[in-house]
Amino acid sequence: MRLDSKIPDGQLAEKWYKHKFNVKLVNPANKRKYDIIVVGTGLAGASAAASLAELGYNVKAFCFQDSPRRAHSIAAQGGINAAKNYQNDGDSVFRLFYDTIKGGDFRAREGNVYRLAEVSTSIIDQCVAQGVPFAREYGGLLSNRSFGGSQVSRTFYARGQTGQQLLLGAYSALSRQISAGKVQMFTRSEMLDVVIVDGKARGIVTRNMVSGKIESHSAHAVLLCTGGYGNVFFLSTNAMGSNVTAAWRAHKKGAFFANPCFTQIHPTCIPVSGDHQSKLTLMSESLRNDGRVWVPKAKGDTRKPQDIPEAERDYFLERKYPAFGNLVPRDIASRNAKQVCDEGRGVGTSGLAVYLDFADAIKRDSKKVVEAKYGNLFDMYQQITGENPYEMPMRIYPAVHYTMGGLWVDYNLMTTVPGLYALGEANFSDHGANRLGASALMQGLADGYFVIPYTVGDYLANMPATKIGTDHAEFKKAEENVKGQIKKLLSINGTKTVDHFHKEMGKIMWDYCGMSRDEKGLTFAKKRMQEIRAEFWQNVKITGTNEELNITLEKAMRVADFLELGELMIDDALNREESCGGHFREEYQTPEGEADRNDDKFAYVAAWEYTGDNKPENLHKEELVFENVKLSKRSYK
Amino acid sequence: MKITLKVWRQKNTQDKGKLVTYDIKDASPDMSFLEMFDVLNEELLIKGEDPIAFDHDCREGICGACSMVINGKPHGPLQTTTCQLHMRSFKDGDTIVVEPWRAKPFPVLKDLIVDRTAFDRIIQSGGYVSVNTGVTVDANEIPIPKNIADEAFDAATCIGCGACVAACKNASAMLFVSAKVSQLAMLPQGKAESKRRVENMVATMDAEGFGACTNTGACEAECPKQISITNIARLNREYLSSKLTSEYVEA
Ligand SMILES: Cc1cc2nc3c(=O)[nH]c(=O)nc-3n(C[C@H](O)[C@H](O)[C@H](O)COP(=O)(O)OP(=O)(O)OC[C@H]3O[C@@H](n4cnc5c(N)ncnc54)[C@H](O)[C@@H]3O)c2cc1C
Ligand code: SF4
Ligand code: FES
Repeated sequence: MRLDSKIPDGQLAEKWYKHKFNVKLVNPANKRKYDIIVVGTGLAGASAAASLAELGYNVKAFCFQDSPRRAHSIAAQGGINAAKNYQNDGDSVFRLFYDTIKGGDFRAREGNVYRLAEVSTSIIDQCVAQGVPFAREYGGLLSNRSFGGSQVSRTFYARGQTGQQLLLGAYSALSRQISAGKVQMFTRSEMLDVVIVDGKARGIVTRNMVSGKIESHSAHAVLLCTGGYGNVFFLSTNAMGSNVTAAWRAHKKGAFFANPCFTQIHPTCIPVSGDHQSKLTLMSESLRNDGRVWVPKAKGDTRKPQDIPEAERDYFLERKYPAFGNLVPRDIASRNAKQVCDEGRGVGTSGLAVYLDFADAIKRDSKKVVEAKYGNLFDMYQQITGENPYEMPMRIYPAVHYTMGGLWVDYNLMTTVPGLYALGEANFSDHGANRLGASALMQGLADGYFVIPYTVGDYLANMPATKIGTDHAEFKKAEENVKGQIKKLLSINGTKTVDHFHKEMGKIMWDYCGMSRDEKGLTFAKKRMQEIRAEFWQNVKITGTNEELNITLEKAMRVADFLELGELMIDDALNREESCGGHFREEYQTPEGEADRNDDKFAYVAAWEYTGDNKPENLHKEELVFENVKLSKRSYK
Repeated sequence: MKITLKVWRQKNTQDKGKLVTYDIKDASPDMSFLEMFDVLNEELLIKGEDPIAFDHDCREGICGACSMVINGKPHGPLQTTTCQLHMRSFKDGDTIVVEPWRAKPFPVLKDLIVDRTAFDRIIQSGGYVSVNTGVTVDANEIPIPKNIADEAFDAATCIGCGACVAACKNASAMLFVSAKVSQLAMLPQGKAESKRRVENMVATMDAEGFGACTNTGACEAECPKQISITNIARLNREYLSSKLTSEYVEA
């Protein structure tokens, strides 16, 4: 199969405009004859479900939480980018496009990224119209802040709760369509399979998480808006329930998985405090505007930070990157923190942390000023660690945060399965090998509000409105499949818990397929993942039955999929013999220790095709063509 | 630290349920309250017992999923969410009683998990601005004075957890409803349909079986997001003026 990205011809700036004109439309009276399934109600899913229902389609939406308002998007803190140029500081659609392509280390598609930058401005208009309370200046106009990887102020925010306010906006639009009867909402429902009839996605199979009932839902198109897979590492900043199951099961039904090894590790998170650790908490990136990152110069220095004199401290980011200092992009800040800890210079009881020090900022600007900027973050830090960051430096360490990889989609957001779409973090499309801060919220809403309403219509216009009943053999087969897996899991009755396996595999992924990778480690990790997976299927312990609310069974199904995905991530990391963005291969670095990209051999999207249980996947390459930017080395020195 | 936990166990909505005692032998003060439950659940599983079901997701105090009544107080001794509570807020040797939200409109599904979809239905009845995707006005064409934007924001931070209902002896949902009504009533975008909104949301709240507000202030005291009861006063004003000038006559 040849991968066709379906990027429209023509000038970059005209592609989307022309495409919108060229797509086929479904006439208003016919829209109500089509059913669309939207799995996930985060920013991508809620915005898509609401917009499609407004157009007249019948939508069925699903989420595993008790309410669509609780999707993981709710936790985003910092903000959302848009090329409004309200600050008159030289921003433009092209600049946002360029920053995103460069930030992604030239591993994303020009056409998609330009469209993202183009629709970014409408997102802000839309959200404001819904009543989203963005931060404002005294004159009543919208306020902006700057974020890593850009030299303009284009980030819109709502205190430290931007994701919450945007999601509640999308949730309110969704709620309006639910009350209008155009969206049927299924909460506490987990999608466990995609149903394909005559080569087209025609529905899904779900498990009702309260009763255990396995149910089928039929439609003319299926949208997966199911988020990222950072929890493959067990510890991450993602919500506890975030998982890969929907995307993975679609993958096994024919949807290619692109760039699975591209993972973003966020530099400023609260370090692990013990074995009981269940997740990691992000401390906003904005702290690096005023905090200085350092470790002791000497190995194994166990003195209290305040007892270490200035001359014996290493402000390693300022030393190595004088131009950007503490504000280098995320991947670079993370990797350097790991490096100094690997050298034995890490701080705290585990030695896996570096200091983020506000003493100078407090001296310079006063405690009051610092408190006004970061008060809530300092409180949160103190609540979690029991330490007061006004008096001693914060301890931070990188943590898994976001996954750039995901289901391969074309310009229309369609996967390699006709009628099956992927939106938001679940797809791979716009961030290349590294995502810039405040760009995930933008992408989720761009996909849902402004892209899919056009592109799904183009597909449906070519399709008869005839419905397929859920008594169709393919639905029955998929249901039996799901029931079979559940039965098998419940029958193992082994001796180790699901979390035990999840932690064990997470540690392998983190140690060998995390912030830096090499061939030897990856090869070892692959073997270990296979062993852990084999043991999981023989020795996992799950209590209870399917026909009840069963939290262990839910987790077990997700971990089973993570175990398979992990192996594919390792294969992808092994295949990519270069370093780019968040993917750092030890073997491929410059003499100064920076990522050494290889554009001649690896300027492509790696799209993996599932070929059967325990068989190696097939690699398909989508060459990336750059006509509007010059490939350059990222330098932040 | 050693802790004696008494936890509400209930198989399903029909089951009567009871408190069951568990001994936690070695909790660390750095653990979050939910991590203590994780550790206990691992032990239960190994023994072949059903782990305790509880709602949670973000564990950052923002999704509103976590919901435990701890020693009689929704979300426990601090004015924060259950997931943001750490064991250092307790003492070695403490006995802690953990129960689900108790309110008729929030039936227990299992153990500490309740059904809060009534909140969603209240929002569906009017907690939005009726605007379709694709508006064309530029965002800065709707200037909003900073103080109003800030006040609307304060109301908008409600996480829909339901602690206000659990804290109220009447199981009133007024704090939750008023937060949304206030946010949208204060903003110019929400003004046009403010009458409809308040009438419909209050009617749905009543139909879902939430009780009347008698101004005890218990909701505000337990709300993890410090939603102020001045919002309730604003709702009452909105409601009254809407009833006085109602656009439609009720059957
Ligand atoms: C702590 C934190 C802070 C962040 N801050 C920012 C920021 O400031 N700016 C920014 O741009 N980005 C930020 N991000 C990234 C951003 O929040 C996410 O990438 C984005 O919200 C993902 O949105 P989504 O709609 O794709 O998926 P999600 O919001 O993850 O939603 C997934 C949905 O899918 C559903 N689902 C999943 N699987 C299934 C299944 N099998 N069956 C049924 N339903 C399913 C879930 O119920 C949920 O509704 C942050 C991320 C984290 C972790
Ligand atoms: S008002 Fe407060 S207590 Fe009530 S649902 Fe909102 S956040 Fe929770
Ligand atoms: S788990 Fe999200 S608020 Fe507590």
